Amino acid sequence: MSAGHTPEPLGVHFESVPEWLRGDGESADVVVSSRARLARNLAGHPFPARSTQAQRKTTLKLCKDWLSKAGLSAQTTCISLHQAAPSERTLLVERHLISKPLAKGRPLPDAQDDDRPPGETDPRAVVVGLPDEKLAVMINEEDHLRIQAISSGLDLREVLRRAIDADDRIEAGLDYAFDEQFGYLTACPTNVGSGLRLSCMVHLPALKMTGELEKVKRAAADMNLAVRGFYGEGSDAIGDLFQVSNQTALGKSEDQILHELDGEIIPRIVEYERFARKTLMSKRRAVVEDQCWRAFGTLTRARLMGAEEAMQLLSQVRLGVSMGLIRDTTVRIVNHLMLLVQPGHLQRVVGHEMDQEHRKEARATLLRTRLGG
Amino acid sequence: MKCDRCENEATVHEVTIVNGVATEKNLCEHCAASDGIVPAPVSEALDPGAVIAGPLAPATPGRATRSGSCPTCRSTLNDFKQCGLLGCPDCYSTFRTHLTQLAARAHEGASRHIGRTPKRAGGTLDQAALIQERTERLKRLHAQLDEAVAGEQYERAARLRDEIRRLSTQPSESAERES
Repeated sequence: MSAGHTPEPLGVHFESVPEWLRGDGESADVVVSSRARLARNLAGHPFPARSTQAQRKTTLKLCKDWLSKAGLSAQTTCISLHQAAPSERTLLVERHLISKPLAKGRPLPDAQDDDRPPGETDPRAVVVGLPDEKLAVMINEEDHLRIQAISSGLDLREVLRRAIDADDRIEAGLDYAFDEQFGYLTACPTNVGSGLRLSCMVHLPALKMTGELEKVKRAAADMNLAVRGFYGEGSDAIGDLFQVSNQTALGKSEDQILHELDGEIIPRIVEYERFARKTLMSKRRAVVEDQCWRAFGTLTRARLMGAEEAMQLLSQVRLGVSMGLIRDTTVRIVNHLMLLVQPGHLQRVVGHEMDQEHRKEARATLLRTRLGG
Repeated sequence: MKCDRCENEATVHEVTIVNGVATEKNLCEHCAASDGIVPAPVSEALDPGAVIAGPLAPATPGRATRSGSCPTCRSTLNDFKQCGLLGCPDCYSTFRTHLTQLAARAHEGASRHIGRTPKRAGGTLDQAALIQERTERLKRLHAQLDEAVAGEQYERAARLRDEIRRLSTQPSESAERES
């Protein structure tokens, strides 16, 4: 399988569409992507937050060395985040390859004499499977290892299978911290047990328009599910995109968690959203058409565009395309634009850093060009 | 109090009970580290000569020190309450009672792992534990169902009824794996 990490500085092609944003797969009209995440720690080592810089270097080296030969993917790249530029870390967050806390870095308990920000001193990395970015392993996040498998559409069974495959390969060379009662031991006891978080990113614009979103959120909370924003914990739900995931991982097997989400909860959310779309089309067709086309019109004509406004308008266009109202673009293009309008990607496409005002102008130009305005 | 071994002040106190007989050790940080009771002091771990510090010093995990800290990483329950994160894997043995209660609150009443286990840890969990966990889970679900019906939360009640039905008819974990 793998012949080691790729030698390129980052290895990730930032202008390409990552596999999980391709806009195809089952129920892709509502489910943007599916993700499985496993939290793992090394036995005999303190968890990252409690580790000194030297201890974090040790766990980083152990993980990096093994991951480069574990055969995780045909090709992998290992990105040392303490050495990467802040703009590169932003790109990785925007592509959902690393979390915001990993991008920022964690303060060191022994950093009294070091004035540098944690981003530059905290030894941490991400290993990414190439070229599709369907697998990413974060090293020294809240846990020593966070294994992530991601795919387009509703594909929870497959992402779980891939995460478990990576887990088996990693376990073959690293000794995991495990307890018969608590399962896989994690820095935060809310992740203990299987260490599994299964989630889907769902696009729910019709439920928002019909005012039923809060009902769905309440029902999700009642079912012990977490509903988070586009960039995970603590982030806002921009572009009517939500991440729905299991909240508990102790006392349930991986198959049970899969069955709950894949067999019951996500299909039900898809059904609700589709029903809301149908209801809108039959009762308020002119309103829906007007909103979708207005959004398309603004995106193809505006000269200044903020990121949040762009996401909201793209959400309306995505709805219009999914319902067959707009045929001038595709879900794949809209998904890709949702990534390209983010500050990091926008600056990458333009080729230089910009202040907020210049980004607004560049964003509007990019949207006009890509949507044929 | 002086260290049992040298003239330094004793800062680590350990009580070991074997067959009902308590033995007490009072040691300074350095002697305790050399006995493997606590990790080496931070000043030693940061020795510029050591390029990479080793893993945790071997310790006696599973028992809190007299000061209530984890013998391996020195984290206390107070540290955990402040930041929400444990210090090391051994904290789970050290604070097992507290964490069992906390886990039950955070994980819908569950306090035992079911599911995959590392191959190195011996493969599968024993069936008795799995059956016990399932029985307890069913009990909790029945109680929740009664609550939901009493509170006229019919959607929730229907979901709980489905869950009970599914759990009652589910084959055992090992049978699922073999199929």
